[in-house]
Amino acid sequence: MTTELPQQFRFEELVVGASNRLAVTAARAVAESPGAVYNPLFIYSRPGLGKTHLLTAAGHAARAIDPRLTADYLTLDEFVEAFHAAIAAGQGDAYRRRFLDVNLLLLDDVQFLAGRREMQAELLRVIDAMQTAGRQLVLASDRSPGEIASLDERLARRLGGGLVVDIAAPEYETRVAILRRRAEQRHLTLAPEVLEAIAEAEIDSVRELIGALNRVAALQAVSDAPVTPDEAREALRLSGVASGARVASSAPLPAAAAPTPAGGGAVDEFTDFLQDVMATVTEQVDSWRGRIAEAMLRWEGEGYRVGRLAALLDRELAEDPAGELAGYERDVARLRVLEAEIELLAPDLAGSAVLRDPDQLAAAEALRLRAEEGAEPPPEPSPHWTMDTFIEGQGNRVAMRAARAVVEEPGTRYNPLVIIGASGNGKTHFLHAIANQLGARGRRVACAGVHAFVDELIAAIEQEGVPRWRARWRRPEVLLLDDVQGLAGKERSQEELFLLFNEFLEQGRQMVFASAVPLAQLEGIEPRLLTRFEGGLVVELPPPDHELCQRAIERLLGAKLEAVDPELSAYLASRPADSMRAALGLVQRVLNAAEARSVPPTAVVARELLEGSAGRQGGRRTAVTRSSGVVSGGTGAVQNREKMIWDWPDLSARLIEEWR
Amino acid sequence: MSLVNFTTREITCKIVYYGPGRSGKTTNLQYIFGRVPEARRGRMVSLATHGDRTLFFDFLPLDLGAISGFTTRFQLYTVPGQTYYNSTRKLVLQGADGVVFVADSQAARFDENLESLQNLQENLLEQGVDVREMPVAMQYNKQDLPADLVLSREALDEALNFREVQSFAADALHGSGVFETLKGISERVLRRLAAGSAAE
Repeated sequence: MTTELPQQFRFEELVVGASNRLAVTAARAVAESPGAVYNPLFIYSRPGLGKTHLLTAAGHAARAIDPRLTADYLTLDEFVEAFHAAIAAGQGDAYRRRFLDVNLLLLDDVQFLAGRREMQAELLRVIDAMQTAGRQLVLASDRSPGEIASLDERLARRLGGGLVVDIAAPEYETRVAILRRRAEQRHLTLAPEVLEAIAEAEIDSVRELIGALNRVAALQAVSDAPVTPDEAREALRLSGVASGARVASSAPLPAAAAPTPAGGGAVDEFTDFLQDVMATVTEQVDSWRGRIAEAMLRWEGEGYRVGRLAALLDRELAEDPAGELAGYERDVARLRVLEAEIELLAPDLAGSAVLRDPDQLAAAEALRLRAEEGAEPPPEPSPHWTMDTFIEGQGNRVAMRAARAVVEEPGTRYNPLVIIGASGNGKTHFLHAIANQLGARGRRVACAGVHAFVDELIAAIEQEGVPRWRARWRRPEVLLLDDVQGLAGKERSQEELFLLFNEFLEQGRQMVFASAVPLAQLEGIEPRLLTRFEGGLVVELPPPDHELCQRAIERLLGAKLEAVDPELSAYLASRPADSMRAALGLVQRVLNAAEARSVPPTAVVARELLEGSAGRQGGRRTAVTRSSGVVSGGTGAVQNREKMIWDWPDLSARLIEEWR
Repeated sequence: MSLVNFTTREITCKIVYYGPGRSGKTTNLQYIFGRVPEARRGRMVSLATHGDRTLFFDFLPLDLGAISGFTTRFQLYTVPGQTYYNSTRKLVLQGADGVVFVADSQAARFDENLESLQNLQENLLEQGVDVREMPVAMQYNKQDLPADLVLSREALDEALNFREVQSFAADALHGSGVFETLKGISERVLRRLAAGSAAE
């Protein structure tokens, strides 16, 4: 059973004139208040005057007002067929109940009830049930209820009990209006006088009127010059459409414009064929126009310029409408991506008009570059820590090899690379050295400590700028993060790093992390993050052995003194030190002491200083507990206070982080 | 064969009239030729024997002019119906956009109809064309003959039109059903062409 409403018939498509005004008004009233006004509404007219159009228009309008409403359209034949099927299946009651779920029943071709007593009785039952339940019926027929042969009297009374309204043949003005609208819809370039000439023909049905328009359009399609009103009249006369019509002028068709018949009655057959072909081709072409118009409505509604699509419509037909439409939509999709990126990088540029014009894609790309250049760059590594100053030894050889692989092929071999080492063993140096090497190769790197990562996130939360913060950390090609043990207990930061990690990994971008605590001993870090760290390559930077210490001490002394006393370097290297920083701190202390006494730094000076102050030295070391730091060239103290104590910028920031 | 060409703005449809010998394929084309204005038709090429049997094929080009900006041309072909001209039939079938199968309605010619229909399927298949994908119209010709000699359209539909394509009763000699058939196949071909070009 057909219950779907034909899409093309809506009130907007209907030309209203004196002939159908009453019927249209009644149908609109029913659509606005189903079941409340004319129930049932019975519309009748000769064929081809728009009964079906009105029925379905009422259904569409009612649904537009209340989308929950159900409106079923079916012809009487379908109604009968479904009834017979239901009876055959022993489901007659279910069939009747079905209509109680329908708010608006639109029944067409009711005249076929003539002589079908059984169906008349069934329809009577349905009408009674629906009216009792407050459901609306709209019926259409080619004759009034009283003219339907052998109609049950009770049913005739029911059908006439609401409003019976007829549609007359359209008068001249309505015919002209119909022709103009249809010609406009089909982009036909027929002169107004030609349309008037068609309307002059005594055609009583809208359907035939459209047929006459098609015929003249076919003539236009095969004529080199525009069709004249007389030619149109002649074409209609020849095809029999206007036989007996009030044709104003019956001037003979100019020989040049008339198709030359090759035999009697030839014009009709060939013209019919031509008209048929033309209608089919036009329909196919118009379907493109429909798609383009639909796309225009959509994108214009979303604020995009649609000049390119409008130009497509203006042309007769694009060379490849599908390709051009797809190209436009591709450009809009790219604009959307650019707009989202610019919104993150430079919100003040996001409102630019070029981001709404697919014809200015190049300008939009340039705008994005501008936004990127103006945006805060990702944190850069310290230029002081380079691989040249990092001393390779037996203990850190594996880490060095891994670092070289990462620099050579970032994102492909060891991702992430996780460097584990106690405080003072050179993790930070190593991390920044890797970052600098990558930077020297043109990679965009972000290198920072976890504390900076967390602090910036807290500031972004305060300023409601988290999306921009994310964009900043997502921009680099390589992410190097120091002291990841500092993430312990910071759930929001871990969440953000988790998301960042996944994005980098998915896009094959390199990550390097450094931790002062072995992964297995990390506490307060979510397992999902820990397992991701472990999924890459974990290398260790062990405490320096004697040889490495001596080479580092010699290098530092060489940088400070003109001549290095071998005894001094050997003595300093022999002193106990649990980290490279501690060993180099000793050197700095000796140099400072010698400078204070105005004596050259020798092994003797070093012995006097160090062997008499071992207790203080040990006490000092215990203060440097959390992580690696920057050794001051002047004092040997640790400059970075974040390396000394875990000090939140302010109380509110700490509370926010703990709360999250 | 490029059928809807957006660059040159041309639509070209090749329609082949297929069927057993003496079923009326050439008569169809002759009738069309006679009814098309001279300005719209090309020269009809017809190679026939003395007995009016198509030896090679008939070819009738129709120029329908500009429709929605497209220069629209139809090329109508017939194939020789006799079994021994199969290579010619294959040649003509190449690049066809639609086929009109002209069946002889005479009961005595039923087997030839069936044989020719099978031959059509085989030849299409050989060219990698699935007959289910090809627009086909059935024309039951010679319906003007005495009723006791011919099968009805319904009976022929039952026997030959198992794919339930459009079918037309015709009397090609006098023109009945000729243009109806051409219109039917043209519509199917054009719709398919448009759909095909959209999918490309």
